[in-house]
Order: sequence, then C-alpha cells, then structure tokens
Amino acid sequence: MNGVSDITEKYLRLYRENIDKISSLSSPYINSFRSAAFQRFSELGIPTKKDEAYKYTNLGLYFDHDYSGYFMPVESDFVKAEEFRCDVEDLDTHGLVLLNGFYPTINEKLRQLPSGVWIGSLNEAAMKFPDLVEKHYGKYAYSETDGLVHLNTAMASDGVFVWVPEGVRLNKPVQVVNLVQSEVDTFVQLRNLFIVEKDAEFSIIICDHTLAPKKFLTNAVTEIFVGENAHFDLIRVQNEHNAACKMTHTFMHQEKKSITSSNNMTLHGGLVRNSTYHYLGGERAETNSSGLFLADKWQHVDNYVNVDHAFPDCTSNQLFKGVLDDMSTGVFNGRILVRPDAQRTLAYQKNNNILLTDDARMDTKPQLEIFADDVKCSHGATVGQLDDNALFYLQSRGINKREAKLMLMFGFAHEVIQNIRIEPLRERMDNLVMQRLRGELSRCANCVVKCG
Amino acid sequence: MLDIKNLKASITGKNILKGISLHVKRGEIHAIMGPNGSGKSTLASVLVGREFAEVTEGTITYMGNNLLEMSPEDRAKEGIFLGFQYPIEIPGVSMVNFMKTAINEKRKHLGLEPLSASDFLKMMREKKELVEIDSKLANRSVNEGFSGGEKKKNEIFQMAMLEPKLAILDETDSGLDIDALKIVANGVNKLKRPDNAFIVITHYQRLLDYIVPDVVHVLYDGRIVKTAGKELALELEAKGYDWIKKEVENNVVA
Repeated sequence: MNGVSDITEKYLRLYRENIDKISSLSSPYINSFRSAAFQRFSELGIPTKKDEAYKYTNLGLYFDHDYSGYFMPVESDFVKAEEFRCDVEDLDTHGLVLLNGFYPTINEKLRQLPSGVWIGSLNEAAMKFPDLVEKHYGKYAYSETDGLVHLNTAMASDGVFVWVPEGVRLNKPVQVVNLVQSEVDTFVQLRNLFIVEKDAEFSIIICDHTLAPKKFLTNAVTEIFVGENAHFDLIRVQNEHNAACKMTHTFMHQEKKSITSSNNMTLHGGLVRNSTYHYLGGERAETNSSGLFLADKWQHVDNYVNVDHAFPDCTSNQLFKGVLDDMSTGVFNGRILVRPDAQRTLAYQKNNNILLTDDARMDTKPQLEIFADDVKCSHGATVGQLDDNALFYLQSRGINKREAKLMLMFGFAHEVIQNIRIEPLRERMDNLVMQRLRGELSRCANCVVKCG
Repeated sequence: MLDIKNLKASITGKNILKGISLHVKRGEIHAIMGPNGSGKSTLASVLVGREFAEVTEGTITYMGNNLLEMSPEDRAKEGIFLGFQYPIEIPGVSMVNFMKTAINEKRKHLGLEPLSASDFLKMMREKKELVEIDSKLANRSVNEGFSGGEKKKNEIFQMAMLEPKLAILDETDSGLDIDALKIVANGVNKLKRPDNAFIVITHYQRLLDYIVPDVVHVLYDGRIVKTAGKELALELEAKGYDWIKKEVENNVVA
C-alpha cells in the first residue's frame, strides 16, 4: 500500500498542530524521543485489519473521527477531579488522580510516601530524577508493528510515575484513578513509568472512568521495570462508557527471580484493547497474566498478550476469560515466544469464553513460537455456551434454571477474580460482576453518563 | 411414595426402558441391579428429569403428583435427590455458596425463611461430621480437583444437607475403595428414616454388604426381570448375570 491512509493522516495532522504546545510543557528527555517516534508512526500508521495483531478489531469506528488532540485541563477541572471518590469500601490505598492523562496542578506533583516510595507526575519526575528516568524511559516500550505505541511516544507528555527503591516493600497498594472529562470529543494519550527495584514489593490498581457523554479515545503506554527478586502486581479495572475507546499498551520488563502479575478486569467500554507485553529477562522469573471481560450490546474487547521467554527456567501463566452477551464481540490473541536459550521454560495459556447469544462472537488465537527443546508449553481455548451437565447438576439440587445459569457464569468469572490478592477489591469485583450478570448494572458503577 | 407404571423411555430414538413398573414405599431401600447397558442409569435420569431421556409411555406418580410434569428443580425441592454416577466439577462455584443456595431455594419453596449464616454453617459442620467428609472439601469449588472417592462422598454430604424424601444413588459405589465405600454406606444408613426411601442402583453386590436392601430388582434389557429379597443380591454375586439372561431368553422362547 502506498501513501498514508486518511485515518492515519488525521493523527499526523494532530501531531503537527499540537507538538509545539506539547513539547513546551514536557521535559527535554521525553521530548528527545518524539521526532523518531513520529517518523516510525508515519511509516506504520494506525493499525488496520491487515495487521495480524489487529485482524479482528476494527479501529475505524473510533479512530476515524476528529478529536481535540490536546486538552490540558484547567485548575478548576482538577479540583473537581480530586473530588471523585472511589466507592470501593475498605480499600485502603495511596490515591492518585489523572485527568485526561494529566497530573493535577493543584497538589504536589511528586510526593514521597513514608516508606520511601515516590509517586506522582512522570513529567515532573523526568526533571527531578533525570538519571533514573533516562535509565528506564523508552527502554521497554517498543513495537515493530504497532504504530500506536510510537504515536504515544511522539505525543504523550504526562502520566503516572512510581519509583519503589531497592528493598522497599509497600504493603498498601497505589491506586490510580484515570478520569476522562471534557466538553468536546477528546483524544487522550498518557504515559506511565513504574520502576520497582531489586527486592522491592509493590502493587498498583489502575481504574478507568469516563465522566462526560462525549466520544473519547485513550491511547496509553505503560512501561514497567521489575528488578531482581522483586514482586509486582498490576490490576486494571476498566469502566468506561459505550462511546469510549481504550487502547492500553503495557510493557513489563522483568529481571531474574522477579514475580509479577497483570490482571485486566474489563467491566464496561465501547472498544477496549489491552496489549500486554511480558519480557522475562532473567532466570527464574515468573509472570501471571490474566484478564476478564463482560461485554454486551455492541461492545468489543480485545486482549493481546505477548510473553517473551528470553532466559532459562522462567514460568508464565495466561488465563483470560470473556462473557459475551447481545451482539458483542471479543478477541484473544496470546503469543508465547520461547527463545533458543530459554530451556526448562514453563508456559501455559488458557482462554475460555461464553457466548450467551447466537449473535455474539469471539475470535481466539494462540501463537506459540518455541525455539528451545526442553520446554513445557500448553494452551487451550474454548468458545461455547454454559455446560449443560453443570447446569443440570445445580438444577437437580433444587436451584432454578435462571439462578443456576447465574451461578455458573459467576463461577466462570470468579476463576479470574480470585487471583486478585487485595481482598476488598476482590470482593468488590465479585459484587460488580454478579450485579452485571444479573442485569442490575447495565452501566458502569459511578456512572454519570448513562450511555445505555 | 413412588409409583412407576409401565414406563417406557428412549434416548435419541433408541428404546432403552421397555415397560418398567416399580413401587417404593416410605422407609424402604430398593436395590436395582443389572448388567451394563440394561437401563439402570436411564431410569435414574428419567426420575430426576434429564431432558435427553424421552418418556414415550407410562406414568410416574410421586407423593400423589405426576412427576413427569415437574421441572428438575421442583422435583428436588419436593425431596428427590440423585447421587450422580459422575459428579460434575464446577470451578469458581464454592461448595458453601452452592449448598446455601440449594437449601434456601428449598426453604423458600416450603414457605420457610432463609437460614441465617450461622445456622447454615452449623448445619454444614454437623452434616460433615455425620458423613465423615474432610472439612476442607467444603471450602473448595464444587468437586473441582476432587478424587473419585471424594466426589462420591461429596454426593453423600449433599444428600445429608438436603435431607431428601427419596434418594436415588446411581452407582455411587463404582470406583470406590473399601474405606470410601463404608463411608458412603454409613451415610445412607445414618440418613435412613421411617419416612424416607432409597433406590440404590449398583452393578455389584458389595455395596449391599453395608446397605441392607428390603427389595432387590434385576433390570435387564429395559425390563425388571426379577424381584426378590436381599438374598437375590448374594445369588447374583455368586452366579453372575448370565443365568438371568438365560432365564429371560427361555421365557421369551416359551
């Protein structure tokens, strides 16, 4: 194909129109990546169905649209955003709020917790800790094929920065509340950087909410460094309205003997695509990558996972599940790459989906590329209805069919939820999923938009 | 309590049950024996309302009601229980939640208030002791990762929780070692009361060393071909099923 598609052209223009403003507010180091990334984006463009990794996801509906590309909120908006409260009871966290991808101007932009952990604005951190940011920023996020990663590097200017220094164990999770609120259709790009050093322990919850009935497009890149023997858990809770599109690209780099988990809980959203890249970059590293989505109406949820076993004796587990109602659609694409040196790799993948109607559709694709010989790998995918035998078993104990179906769907979802180690959040997820399955919650929790 | 008259049933067009009549009274234990493929499990399936077994003729009256018109869940709520030959694993559904839902559905049906959490847990504890099951099993997902023996014991535990009026045990003894077999049999013996009844379906006699039946039926080729007291089971154990088959074939010829 020659030339640039009309859709891609929109984003090239958005970049040209806004880049001076964006650069003027960003740190020089972050700016230094922009022109090369822009060049790469203009070569790759916005992904289309011709790209293998986007074969079943049509971005046109959300990307072929004119958005306001740069919307730095004013102070009064930040004040309102800070009033937003997470309604999960007993969830004790260090909270952070982002509005349209920007860190509030009203409080301290970077703060140190008593344990020594730094949390705050990435842009601020790039100026305060230049050596640290230079060591990690732009080092893990890279894609040969996905232009959106490069678009983010070209245009993003802020996001969340976390630095957990060597040996520090933060028992209380950090919770990032990502709010999107605007009077006009808006394209949000944010960039996170989490650095979890050697022997440290840290977990983070990222919650996405949309607060206005406008069309929103978010393209977020998160880079995570997990040092030797460190523990890190990432939980995403995605709750956006039906006119919102969320693209996340998460790059997790692990050193030896580190243990990580990533859990994408997609409860609501028009189009959601989560790309999670795990690089097992040292011996005996371990990662658990999981996700659950509930989709209905015209929603589309796509999970792309890429696990790269580059060293021996590492373990990876993928567990992704979807419940699809109405005419919703879903995609799972799980790649496992075992490099020649990665002997004694254990790599497992499971993808199970339930279609509740004849119109719902799920495409699932395992992709195993194994270049070492002493490897244990398994993968399994199912797309189907509820198990009739299980349904009858419950009915035979006096549970009526409707309730029995709910129990089975809930049980199906709970297998993913039970991996959440933060108890109040786990209970809340169980609760939300049950409400959603019962049809008592056709919108996001906390909804002000009523997208129907 | 249960009155089956001339029951005929087929599975995917194939006649499996070819005219079964059976009368079960309160306080009785009936054993149904027979070679593989004789229709034992199909009979159990019809009694609990599995859709794949299609009733083509005959009637089943249970406690004065037409059983064939009742949904599977209503049959359960009216006191029918099936101990499955192959209990189903249900990941993600906890035993506690499963049993609590089942018991409260039944209580609702009987016009009773749901059990309080503490009463329910107390009940779980008592029944676990009664049927001697490992208390950890009850904290797990339904049958998930249970061994064959654990699954069967779990069926007996559920039976103890639900206190059925008519319990049908479909080859609950198959695949059990002698210790598990005793636990299953003891469970039945402890739950036996003058006002309930059991139908024990089994291929082998050995379960009947521990559960003493009042009546033994032999099912062969979709018909009950012999009915007698508990001594029939011993005779079958000693002589196998061949003599029954011969007798039946001779009768047909005659």
